[in-house]
Amino acid sequence: MMRDRWRRALSHTVLILSAAAVLLALVPLAFIFFYVVTRGVAALNLDFFRRMPAPVGELGGGMANAIVGSLMVTGLGSMFAIPIGVLSGVYAAEYRGTRFASATRFAADTLNGVPSIVIGMFAFGVAVLPFGHFSALAGGVALGIMMIPLIMRTTEELLLLVPSSLREGALALGATRARAVFTVVLPAALPGIITGILLALARIAGETAPLLFTALNNRFWSTDVRHPIATLTVQVYLYAISAYEDWHRQAWAGALVLVTMVFLCSILARLATARLERLHRGA
Amino acid sequence: MSFPRRTTRRDELLFRGGTGAFALLLIVIVAAIAFELGRQSSLSIHKFGWQFWHTDVWDPVAEQFGARPFIWGTLYSSILALLISTPIALGIAVFISELAPQWMKKPLVFLTELLAAIPSIVYGLWGIFILVPLVRQFELNTPSWLKATPLFHGPPVGVGMLSTAIVLSIMVIPFTSSVAREVLKSVPQAQREGAYALGATRWEAIRMALFYARTGIIGAIMLGFGRALGETMAVTMVIGNNAQISTSLYAPQYTMAAVIANEFTEATGDLYLSALVEIGLVLFVMTLIINALSRALIWSMARPARRRASRPALQAAA
Amino acid sequence: MKPARTFFTAALSTIALAATLSAQKVQITGAGATFPYPIYSKWFAEYNKLHPNIEINYQSLGSGAGIRQVSSKTVFFGATDGPMTQEQLDAVSGKILHFPTVLGGDVPVYNIAGVTQQLKFSGPVLADIFLGKITKWNDPAISKLNEGVSLPGTDITVVHRSDGSGTTYIWVDYLAKVSPEWKQKVGVNTSVNWPVGLGGKGNEQVAGLVKQTPGAIGYVELIYATQNKISYGAVQNAAGKFVTASTESVTAAAAEAAKKMPPDFRVSITNAPGDGAYPISSFTWLLLYETPQDKALGKVMVDFMNWALTDGQKFAPALGYAPLPASVVELEKKALLKIKL
Repeated sequence: MMRDRWRRALSHTVLILSAAAVLLALVPLAFIFFYVVTRGVAALNLDFFRRMPAPVGELGGGMANAIVGSLMVTGLGSMFAIPIGVLSGVYAAEYRGTRFASATRFAADTLNGVPSIVIGMFAFGVAVLPFGHFSALAGGVALGIMMIPLIMRTTEELLLLVPSSLREGALALGATRARAVFTVVLPAALPGIITGILLALARIAGETAPLLFTALNNRFWSTDVRHPIATLTVQVYLYAISAYEDWHRQAWAGALVLVTMVFLCSILARLATARLERLHRGA
Repeated sequence: MSFPRRTTRRDELLFRGGTGAFALLLIVIVAAIAFELGRQSSLSIHKFGWQFWHTDVWDPVAEQFGARPFIWGTLYSSILALLISTPIALGIAVFISELAPQWMKKPLVFLTELLAAIPSIVYGLWGIFILVPLVRQFELNTPSWLKATPLFHGPPVGVGMLSTAIVLSIMVIPFTSSVAREVLKSVPQAQREGAYALGATRWEAIRMALFYARTGIIGAIMLGFGRALGETMAVTMVIGNNAQISTSLYAPQYTMAAVIANEFTEATGDLYLSALVEIGLVLFVMTLIINALSRALIWSMARPARRRASRPALQAAA
Repeated sequence: MKPARTFFTAALSTIALAATLSAQKVQITGAGATFPYPIYSKWFAEYNKLHPNIEINYQSLGSGAGIRQVSSKTVFFGATDGPMTQEQLDAVSGKILHFPTVLGGDVPVYNIAGVTQQLKFSGPVLADIFLGKITKWNDPAISKLNEGVSLPGTDITVVHRSDGSGTTYIWVDYLAKVSPEWKQKVGVNTSVNWPVGLGGKGNEQVAGLVKQTPGAIGYVELIYATQNKISYGAVQNAAGKFVTASTESVTAAAAEAAKKMPPDFRVSITNAPGDGAYPISSFTWLLLYETPQDKALGKVMVDFMNWALTDGQKFAPALGYAPLPASVVELEKKALLKIKL
């Protein structure tokens, strides 16, 4: 009797503690979000989305080129990182126990801990120096490298959690390993994998240091992947450390746009996944 | 009627080779980074050797470089961040996946992921303008008996280890909690039902799920730790950037990533640059060691399960 | 039929060709010092207004990065707050020329409760404060220079830069000239081993820390002090006069140096002679190759430099920089002719 009461009390306490944890995390979030929104909204106007950065003293500059640039560089990075991350995660999950899979996992965890500036230095040596100029492509490479470990590890962990009965069932029906994985197991783990990709995107969307040595930045409009390109993070950083009030306000607006973009991307991806899940379950 | 094609050895090899090639690419990238780091820091390695790891001086003019204060700062701040963030992150993961009513789940997920979407520079700016003054107030109002302890001693400047630990843990929480949440979600329902059937309370069922998914949970924690180790921008804005070793939470200190970020672009002189790259190498090696340790931890946790599986208990497989 | 088609194809291609030629964009990338970033961004924007097809993209990575990038030719021109050393110049394949573009100065900013008057500092006193030898505001060395100002006994909190920077270079270059102890103990570089104090990242954070910490003293570029409305002191120059930083006093420092300007313009003008000279001033330089890889781009840069040295200078004061003295501009125009186009 007593024991039961104790166990129930413990259970309730844990419930309360975990609810408290959620609140504890949401409080700074509210703080920070409020801070970004109030400061950013003031400088947000149509010009911001249409104009290029103006020099000091001239009001009304914008970050149109940086918005497009950020999208491009993130897109390039994703194109590079998603195949590598997902497929190496598939390998590590399917051939778990082999030394090669262990090595891959180890490599991914190590890569995750490398500071973004070191990756920038590396990408500089590999994607800028041999070609003799900064470029959006090099920026994509740097960001892509940072995304790989997150995508790989989440893919792997989630594939492992798919019940083996699913995999075995597919194989029993005569599917090749590839077909079993790609048509049965991977879709089952897809929502989680999308989470991994989104986390990776969120991670790199806010990065400045690796872009400084690869994509550099560009005052002018440019969508050429072989040239330096403007990005929101670098532009926000440059403005934030300047001495000018107007630039500070624009920096906040830029930060707000950045956060909103990532957030929207996350919502869209989740909606798409939910639809996929429904289809999958329905079938 | 078409018969299913018999799977051939070739199919298997293609699959293994195909996905394996990408895995190999990952390893190659990491190896290339290690190689580049080693190559560019060779000047500094030749000059200082092992001394580099336990010298405290960082003098660009006299060209004397030592990494110990930075190693300390990185480890101290990351471990503190881990201690603060892990219980909160797991609490959130547990709440969302096990306890929250259905209508609450999606919004809570969005909100935690919003934390991950905030750029590190915004964390840094929020840190300097909002958090640091708050911490400074806290430091000013510390009772003197607490101030005498090595953990809370020093002038109340606001910037320092405490502010850094707080900012880092906020940044790490969404990573750990998102992965932990996904991992918990994938624990088969049958496991939980089995636990309830045996009379478990909510908490006991949750505990069982956590245990089932323990390697994934450790993986989630390690992802968060890796994030903390490498964080540059936000840290350099709130840590005070002072190369000293101190246990005090109030003391301004310095991390490896921060010193590289601060001095790399302005470093003149080959030895100076090489020393900075060597700090990058030290960080890289540290990450390797920590990974190896956590791997050992996971392996040791997995072993008892094989013995326990034969026990008729909550952990019985479905 | 056939002739008509040929005609149309020819016409279309001619139009297309003409269109491409007239819209031929010239894109040049440069990187380097953060100190002149505001004025360079102004200059390149103004120049772009005059020549809409010329896009010069300058990014402030830092002087060290600027030197490295231009040395490895990943950018077309570089910019630095501290001149390249002989070793750095020797290491480059090709000859790099220095061109001073504008002048700036560092000011000592402080935050002392109850003190609203402008304080006077001498070089040795500043050095001793940053060495940690003078620790309180009412130290006799400081009060001797500021008779009539009641200084409290507050502790001095030194704030310096945590990141490497040209601003630091100028400051420690000056301290080394006025204090043998500083020169021997700490030395000169974009980043040094500070004996005491807190490190702020960037001018902005130094200004912020000084503003928020009672009893603090720091150093920032003039523009940060004026924009953030922090009190800054007057500094005693080599002639013994206490001078406040301003466009005139900074330009005066350069004018003196112009009389003994070395042909490659690599000179430090801290602690310059002359009654009106502000002692913590410095040039900032643009780095160009004597033999540019791309002659067309080289011509554009020379044209730009000629514009910047004359018309461009008028934008300087509003942004907190001092224009170059006329004597220096003349010398530079002659030097620009050295570039082989």
